[in-house]
Order: sequence, then C-alpha cells, then structure tokens
Amino acid sequence: MAIKVVHHGLATTVQDLGRPGYFHLGIPVGGAMDRYAMRAANLLVGNDEGAAGLEAVFMGPQLEFTADALVAVTGADMPVKIDGVDQPGWTALKVKAGQKLSFDFLNSGARICIAVSGGIDVPVALGSRSTYPIGALGGYKGRPIQAGDELPVGEGSLASEGRSVDPGLRRVPGKLAELRVLPGLYWHRLTEAAKETFFADEWKVANEADRMGYRFKGGRKLDLVEREQPFGAGSDPSNIVDSCYPYGSIQVPGGTEPIILHRDAVSGGGYFMVGTVIAADMDLIGQLQPHTPTRFVKVDMDQALAARADEAVRLERLRVTLKS
Amino acid sequence: MGIRYSFGGDEHLFVECSEEMSLDAFFKSLSMTNGIRDSEIKGITEICPANASFQVKFDPDIIKPDDLLREVKSIEGAAAKSEPVIRTRIIEIPVLYNDPWTHETLMRFRERHQDPTSTDLEYAARINHHATVDDFIAAHAGSPWFVSMVGFVAGLPFMYQMVDRQRQIEVPKYLRPRTDTPKLTIGHGGCFGCIYSVRGAGGYQMFGVTPMPIFDPTQTTSYLRDFMVFFRPGDIVKFKPIDRPAYDQAVEEVDNGQFAPPIRDVSFDLREFSKDIDGYNAKLEGVLNGH
Repeated sequence: MAIKVVHHGLATTVQDLGRPGYFHLGIPVGGAMDRYAMRAANLLVGNDEGAAGLEAVFMGPQLEFTADALVAVTGADMPVKIDGVDQPGWTALKVKAGQKLSFDFLNSGARICIAVSGGIDVPVALGSRSTYPIGALGGYKGRPIQAGDELPVGEGSLASEGRSVDPGLRRVPGKLAELRVLPGLYWHRLTEAAKETFFADEWKVANEADRMGYRFKGGRKLDLVEREQPFGAGSDPSNIVDSCYPYGSIQVPGGTEPIILHRDAVSGGGYFMVGTVIAADMDLIGQLQPHTPTRFVKVDMDQALAARADEAVRLERLRVTLKS
Repeated sequence: MGIRYSFGGDEHLFVECSEEMSLDAFFKSLSMTNGIRDSEIKGITEICPANASFQVKFDPDIIKPDDLLREVKSIEGAAAKSEPVIRTRIIEIPVLYNDPWTHETLMRFRERHQDPTSTDLEYAARINHHATVDDFIAAHAGSPWFVSMVGFVAGLPFMYQMVDRQRQIEVPKYLRPRTDTPKLTIGHGGCFGCIYSVRGAGGYQMFGVTPMPIFDPTQTTSYLRDFMVFFRPGDIVKFKPIDRPAYDQAVEEVDNGQFAPPIRDVSFDLREFSKDIDGYNAKLEGVLNGH
C-alpha cells in the first residue's frame, strides 16, 4: 500500500518521535514538533506511538490512497476532507482505496500530524524515520515530500474506526502564548534591567520560525553586563566560546531577537543563551503562528518538574482512553 | 579554572569548564565527559562535549536534577588527575581559498557584516594585522588545527588553531547570522575555524571551500562508508591551499570514488605540545608527510 502525493502543501515531512543519540555529532533529535499530537494520531489509528506520520505546517497536503486505510489528523485546527466531504479532526477516519485526503485553510495552531494505520514505512536512518532536511537524512529521500511522490505504508489494522480524542485532551493554543522558561545558561550575562524586561515584555513570533528555531520580536533590547570578552568568543558582547545548545534554549544574537531552538536545532554555537523553555511547553511552540503574541514566564526547577508531571498525566489519560 | 554548572531546562545539565578557550579547558571537558561516560549514571541519555564546556542530557523522571548535579560534580576531582594525552589522527584537507561561491554568498549578506565595504578575507586579514590576504591565508594554512567540538549541524568540526595565543586568528561572528552558507565552506568565528558540512545558516566569516565531503548520509563517499560523519573531537587537521584546477580535479575524484584524504595515526600530548608548540607541530607534520 502506498500514498500518492497529489499536492505537498507548504512543507510536509515524514516525522516520528525523533532520533536521539547523535546530538554530540550535530545531528538533532528531530521528530514531530508537537509530539503529543503525533502520539495521539498514531494511537487513534492503532499504531505504536512512535510510528512515522506526516507533519504539515500552515497548509495541508493532498493525498490519494491506493488501498483502504485508517487515518487521523491531530494538532492544529485545519478542516479535514475526504473526497471533499468534511471530517472531524482528532478522530480515526476510514479512507477507501482511490479516495483523497485534503485540507481546508488553517483556523488555529500551525502544524497538523497525519497518521496512517501501519505508519509511513520509509527506511530507518540512525534509528528514526524523521526527516532532517539540511542533512538530507531520513524521511522520504531526506527531503520534504513533493507532488508525485509515493509514500510506502506499513501493514496496519482497520479495526478502530470512529474513535476520537476527548476534547478535554486536545490542546489548542490560546490567543496569547505563554512559554515557561527556566532562567540559566548565560543568564548572568544580562543586566538586572534586561532580566526584568525579558519576562515583562510582550514578544511576537517572527517570520523566521521553523523546525530549527522560533525567532521572536517586539520586546526591548536586552543589554549585557559589560566585560572584557573571553578569548575565543568573538568581540560582540552576545558572543560566547561556542558551546552546546540545549533543546528549547533561548539565544539572543546581539541582544535583540530571542530565538528558541527546536527539534531540528543546531547542536551548538557562539551566541549566549538566557535560559531554556521547559520540556512540557516545547510542543506548544510548534503550534505558534507568526505574529502570535507571546510572554515568557519565569519558573524554577520545581515548577518545571511539576509541569512535566502534569504532561505525563495527560499523556497517560490519552493512552487509557484510546486503549481498545 | 572554575567550573560553572547550570541547568538547561529540566532535561539538560550545562557545564562550562572555562569561560575562555584553551586546550587546557578542552582537555578538562574531555576528561570529565569520559569520566561521566564511564560512570554509567542512570538517566543520562546523551553526552555532548564542546570546546571548553559540555552538556549532559538526562531524563528527570529517572534521575533528579540535583542528584545528577551531585554525581557530575563528584567526577570533577577525578577528571583533574587524568593525563592530557590522546591517540588520534592527523588529516590533510585541501582548500580553495577566496573561491567564487563563498564570495557570492558573502556579497549577498553584506548588510549583516561588520565591514560591508570589504570581503570576509580582507576584513579578517586587516583586524588580525596581516598586510595582505595572501599573508592571512598563509597563516591560516601554516599550522595544524585541533578539532575541539563536532556539532552545530551534522558533523561540522570546530577547530582550534595550534599556535601560541598571540598568533591565533580571531574574528567576530556576523552581526546577524546568514540564512545561507555554501556546503564545505571554511569558516571562522571567535578563535574557531570550521568546515560547514552542509549548506545552511551560519554566522562565521567565510574564507574558502574544500572539495572533500565530511558528512554523507548516503555513505557512498569512499572514506565515509563506515559512518556518515567524518570528524571526531581530538582530530588534528592541516589545511593545504590548492588552486582552481586542483579543486576541480579533487571534486571529480570525490565523484568517482578515488579521493582519499591523507590520514595518519598520531598521539598528542598536551604537556609536550605546550613546551614547544612549533617544534611539536613540525613533528606532527612530519608524521603526515610520512617522515
């Protein structure tokens, strides 16, 4: 069985839960930007949570199925259609051979996850089917899908048609995004005033926002504590001796536009970082559209771990409710 | 050299061995990451060494952040006693300096540069007090470089110039990072040289290109069949300036599977190196040239 790509949308890639273990060589973990949504989509169609699906940003693809299958679309609110007929999101849908899955305009959020019973069966590369486009690694030929591609699909079961995720277990981003941040890394480089304005100001998602990183604009410039630059860092005060970048870490080149590093992040570099978005909020970032007003909310480690525990509970409830 | 610990969210421990770069700081970081790997602490999922710092990724559901911090700190003392000696390789890498592709790119991003009226090479030569671009290239290719980190993008080496500090090339990164860099660009930012393994964003000054792939996900390149990433921390690199015909020939050899970079096994002792840098480098080059 295969899926024929009639139209690829804007940027649609094969993703699973990622490729851990190679960050020390600069190869990022990758995987779905909104992992909760990808897990939910897979569970709906009876796959393992870690099966490969498609992630589409802003605009959905148009896909034709060569055999009967179950599909589920989760994540952003983007109306789903089968042969032009509206279908619910977050629900296991039957698609018959020859039918086409397509999408209407995006209402809210940024990324949808599309799971197919059996999973997208592209070759595993370094332990994952995720696409790492700049490294031309994984996914379908190491790149986003294109019209004319035929995506192989594994063997799946058609048993669980009609199941859906409880609305209380779907996460839809609000009008104002709040991202919880643990200050740290090179936080001490900021002046006291900058430490205040970073959390006080309202930022907006910039146009340069993708799987590698999300840039933000609109807050006041962050001044750095004066110092003689350490040898090897470079002369700009925002430069450091190149170090590792944690996932979710927020670098601020020149002190002006914070960039949150995401799933396809570079693994290190020479810009200072003010702290890190906590793991519980990483999925949310991938659902932010450009211009979304955003506040960074200061938390400590205990709060970060409590938020992490809340997420684990939510995921467990999802698993329990979808267990057939 | 005080070590600084900080958490990167709830999943990363960040350890800065020194604020400034030196081979001492690199070896400190290397011995600590080796010590952490050997200790097999439960809950650690990845260890990422960098130039003068490193990062440990962990699962806080398995080990509490404070417990991990305590364990890593306990390794610090033992690591300080380990000898700064490694078995490694020295590799000769051909470079076409002042090539047309990085030139086109740097002109495209001129408004993001400190000095929009000169090229990256002219700017780097001037601020490093070299009379001409050729003098600067001679300094760049005149000594070996130590790979002190692999990362940024897939398999990109950060390289530290093996000369005394007064002679080390230092340049700022671009004011704002570029969105494009040609594949296999030889770059420089802060005190670090690099080779961009793939095309993409970058903030380093651009000096030239090498015809030698260093990352190949298809693993068809003859010397990348075992693993798709060429470099490892601790590798030693010597650049060899080549002209355009030699560059074109090397590209052809890469394409038909005949290109093989000169590689020799070598041992590196930081204490011996520090005593007589130029003499030690001459010996390393001797190994490379088969003496």
